[in-house]
Amino acid sequence: MAFTLAQKLLARHARDIASDADLAPGRIVTCALSLTLVNDITGPLCISSMKAMGVDRVFDRTKTVFVMDHFTPQKDIASAEQVMISRRFAEEQNLAHYYEGGDAGVEHALLPEQGLVGPGDLVIGADSHTCTYGGVGAFATGMGSADVAAGMALGETWFRVPESIRVEFTGTLPEYLGGKDLILWLIGQIGVDGARYKALEFGGSAIDALPVDGRMTIANMAIEAGGKCGLFAADAATLAYCKNAGRSGDTPISADPGAVYEQTLVCDVSTLEPQVACPHIPSNVKPVSAVKDVTINQVIIGSCTNGRISDMRAAASVLKGRTVKKGLRCIVLPATPAVWKQALREGLVETFLEAGCVMGPASCGPCLGGHLGILGGGERAVSTTNRNFRGRMGSLDSEVYLAGPAVAAASAVTGVITDPGTL
Amino acid sequence: MHYTGRALRVGDHIDTDAIIPARYLVTSDPAELGAKCMSGLEEGWVDQVRPDDILVGGVNFGCGSSREHAPIAILGAGIKVVVAASFARIFYRNAFNVGLPLLEIGEDVNDIRHDHRLDVDTESGIIRNLTTGRTYTCPPLPSSIRDIISAGGLEGYVRQKVAERG
Repeated sequence: MAFTLAQKLLARHARDIASDADLAPGRIVTCALSLTLVNDITGPLCISSMKAMGVDRVFDRTKTVFVMDHFTPQKDIASAEQVMISRRFAEEQNLAHYYEGGDAGVEHALLPEQGLVGPGDLVIGADSHTCTYGGVGAFATGMGSADVAAGMALGETWFRVPESIRVEFTGTLPEYLGGKDLILWLIGQIGVDGARYKALEFGGSAIDALPVDGRMTIANMAIEAGGKCGLFAADAATLAYCKNAGRSGDTPISADPGAVYEQTLVCDVSTLEPQVACPHIPSNVKPVSAVKDVTINQVIIGSCTNGRISDMRAAASVLKGRTVKKGLRCIVLPATPAVWKQALREGLVETFLEAGCVMGPASCGPCLGGHLGILGGGERAVSTTNRNFRGRMGSLDSEVYLAGPAVAAASAVTGVITDPGTL
Repeated sequence: MHYTGRALRVGDHIDTDAIIPARYLVTSDPAELGAKCMSGLEEGWVDQVRPDDILVGGVNFGCGSSREHAPIAILGAGIKVVVAASFARIFYRNAFNVGLPLLEIGEDVNDIRHDHRLDVDTESGIIRNLTTGRTYTCPPLPSSIRDIISAGGLEGYVRQKVAERG
């Protein structure tokens, strides 16, 4: 039988399949896990679940990852105490991968960069954007704390084999566009539940040419279409990325020719405009020209969606020699310490500071309205993050527009939503 | 289990930021989270909840983050069961894992209005609308979820598995 990427990846880890038919969409399979992940918000619930399960050791101390990234640097007493619960547990369990402070970054930028995930892996994380690792050819999906606790205890979990939607991006990406524009376009087409319970599988010539950072941006927002995962074949670019991250032994992986898809969408990206998701739902997507004069108070450049070095470069190239509009705050949060250092080395941090940006730590911070850039009533932001639900970044009366780093940077200069090509 | 109560109606795509805004995620306590349930939809929403209320949503209920605090907040608000046209996948697993049963009934949900009286049987998946006299059926649950329920929840299920392995 010809398999989709989702089926192929699950098959590698499945423990209870007798024949190909057991991998038909809708079937339930039990799979061994390559890695399990929690953060400072979901960690404490996971730990208490494990205790209630009567489990005193994780299944593998080298496959259990704790990243303190949401309300860190600890924003208040309660969040500091939540981190203490995770830190104590990591010490007790002698976990190989506990990240806090100067080691920590936004988890879904950090793990691929550290070489902890790669092609063919099966990862669950108590964070919905765990699907990011589809960008490096891993089957990765978000679950709740109890499910991840069970995974940490048993080293396995159950999956419903998903139907797959194939998305082909053809043509050549115009200047200033990146992965963000492609995934926003798709969510605009299929809606926030268009891929509910399903896998999104991406391919086509524009994807072949897209750097791994951009693929991770796309995979990251599969969940915003309701998807279980957003998958990419592992090709030469993936293998080079993983080797650079210190991994060895990775091999290419792709869907079988003739695999069956529930639906196939094709988009020629050559004529695409930068895309913007308008309030208050990620599917309310418009080309930037349709929202161009909307005034804004804040710009966020960062997050697990767009906080990687290529995003910093895209933003800096627009901000170079320009200044942030007076009265507007433009907050740049490189997603990991390594991205921060690289941005510093390349002079991007200087560009941001010269332009009048605020440089923030490697934290999820403002994306979920945690800290480091909260919106007051009536305020409006352009953000390179992933969700614009009502109240997501602060007041219920604030608004968030989602865009890529070039649009965000251009908008910071003018104070209104701006196509960087028109600057 | 069997539940009878008033339908408390909410709309489509109720996201986890609406169910429990991130700023309240510094605790795992059901009562504290319950006190802020749906405050991302409307401040003070929870004040209208009466004992035995049944939460009724539209499509894609629970979309967004993986926060298990969302179904815990609903339970903490005193709501014991949720009926919707459809549920987002992470929320779906989370709810059963923490002991909040869900019934997915598709477009039939449009028939249910705020204040209708409902009678919900989670075992058979049958919902009777006592106000209109209509009956709706939820398709059978996946085998994995049934296994978890019959083990008394995910915690019991894992305990059983650990025991099997010796």
